[in-house]
Amino acid sequence: MFKRPEAAIGRPVRLSFEGQEIRAAPGDSIAVALLAAGVDFFRHTPRSGAPRGPWCMMGACFDCLVVVDDVPNRQACQITVADGMKVARQRGAAEVGP
Amino acid sequence: MSTPDLVVIGAGPAGLAGASLAAERGLSVLVLDEQSAPGGQIWRGIEAANAAHRARLGKDYGLGRSAVTRFRRSGARYVPGTTVWQLDETGEIGCTVGGRTHLFQTSAVLVATGAQERPFPVAGWELPGVMGAGAAQVLLKTGGLLAERAVLAGSGPLLYLLAVQYLAAGHPPAAILDTTPPGAWRMARRHLPGALKHPLPLLKGLGWLNEIRRARVPWERGVSSLVLEGSGHVDAVRWEAAGGRQGRIETDHVFLHQGVVPSVNLTMAAGLDHDWDEGQLCWRPRTDDWGRSSAEPIHIAGDGGGIAGWEAAAATGEIATLDILHLAGSLREAERNALADRHRRRVRGALSVRPLLDALYRPQPQFMLPSEPATVICRCEEIARQDLEPLIGIGVLGPNQLKSFSRAGMGPCQGRLCGLTVQRLISECTGRGMAETGYYRLRPPVKPVPLGAFADMDCGNAP
Repeated sequence: MFKRPEAAIGRPVRLSFEGQEIRAAPGDSIAVALLAAGVDFFRHTPRSGAPRGPWCMMGACFDCLVVVDDVPNRQACQITVADGMKVARQRGAAEVGP
Repeated sequence: MSTPDLVVIGAGPAGLAGASLAAERGLSVLVLDEQSAPGGQIWRGIEAANAAHRARLGKDYGLGRSAVTRFRRSGARYVPGTTVWQLDETGEIGCTVGGRTHLFQTSAVLVATGAQERPFPVAGWELPGVMGAGAAQVLLKTGGLLAERAVLAGSGPLLYLLAVQYLAAGHPPAAILDTTPPGAWRMARRHLPGALKHPLPLLKGLGWLNEIRRARVPWERGVSSLVLEGSGHVDAVRWEAAGGRQGRIETDHVFLHQGVVPSVNLTMAAGLDHDWDEGQLCWRPRTDDWGRSSAEPIHIAGDGGGIAGWEAAAATGEIATLDILHLAGSLREAERNALADRHRRRVRGALSVRPLLDALYRPQPQFMLPSEPATVICRCEEIARQDLEPLIGIGVLGPNQLKSFSRAGMGPCQGRLCGLTVQRLISECTGRGMAETGYYRLRPPVKPVPLGAFADMDCGNAP
């Protein structure tokens, strides 16, 4: 588990992950918010369905892909949290929408 | 917006220094940064960090404040959250910011895209809970996140710095599994006189090693094998070391590190010349000592041009920009040369320790290329050594051909996490050298872009 010893400054941001509410600090990336909430399994791989989580935290590895407000293939480490954001695991390859 | 005189890609030490100088000297400067705030990786979150946080992260981190303050005052235009997915030899840039895509021509570009973690393909490195040491630093810098009883494995300055930062935050690592081989000091010793010419970086590093020792962090030396165990999440590390020592440590967090390498995806996709650097075991774009690349409008500064650390990066950012100012007609050659002098001294100072570090922390062959058949090499496409070796056996000669046959390197990371491993595997199987084996043929877009963003492209205008 990751710990966040210092209390964050400012009103917490409320978002959801897989339907569960998560509170994040203002300015957190989605990846920071999820890891701080004890989630390290962000997606299933397209080929075997294996669980994956962030590896690089700097936009290089694409292992932190999630679905953000129904848009798939978003890099959780590169997007700042916002109130009401709906985040879900990326399950395999993204489907092309209707 | 009208076309700026200079576009800087990246806002780490090199990009910040270059952009600040160019703007101070009257050029219109546009800085495109993928991150949400200036500082690059070394100074991630620096503007938001309070004094206590900066103190925990160390002196070098705190120095980022003045670089960012100078940048903010310089008049350079800063566009964060921007993914540059194309650069070509004419200086045309394609980028996406806030869902809007731009394609525009520039006359001068400073590429300051920095470095990335060297791939560390050991069994289980793809499990959740296993991250690069650089990632652990980003979590600490931007979120104040600290892992409980983390195991740090690998070698190199960043790994030890992370240990020191964790100690300063009151979260000692469970162990350091140090892969520096027993003979490394003997190999590196001949570089000691050079390093002692500018002893500060060396003393800083020795200070870190001392802190770790004093804190009595369990520190296994000469680790020669690492296996990360777990199903769905890492839960233990099994290790073996020289002399038959071995052990198993239960942990939820493993941070791996064996140095960083230049991020070459953008510069390679731009068609710039690159050379294999056998000393640093990586590709680097070919530049002259002003940072000029093989394409006229493009200069390169910082670790993206070869690993030298943040102080050299800041200095090469200044040097390249002095040349850009000269080419733009705002500095005479003699002025450029005179102004570059003190920055060249900084580069020499920072580089003096590098041959020692490169020799001492040279990654071990078994950690650059796994011998176990089932270890994942390409994380995106989940391809292991056993999937690739037969294809090389039937005559696949290079990484690019192997990509077509196997899909290795075809996933969203575009080879960033497998390219060097695949290259090494082919080199080992064919007996041809690393330079001759070559790399993936990288093409734009160097990051995935939604198709809709292309449909709605703003052609001709910079963001």
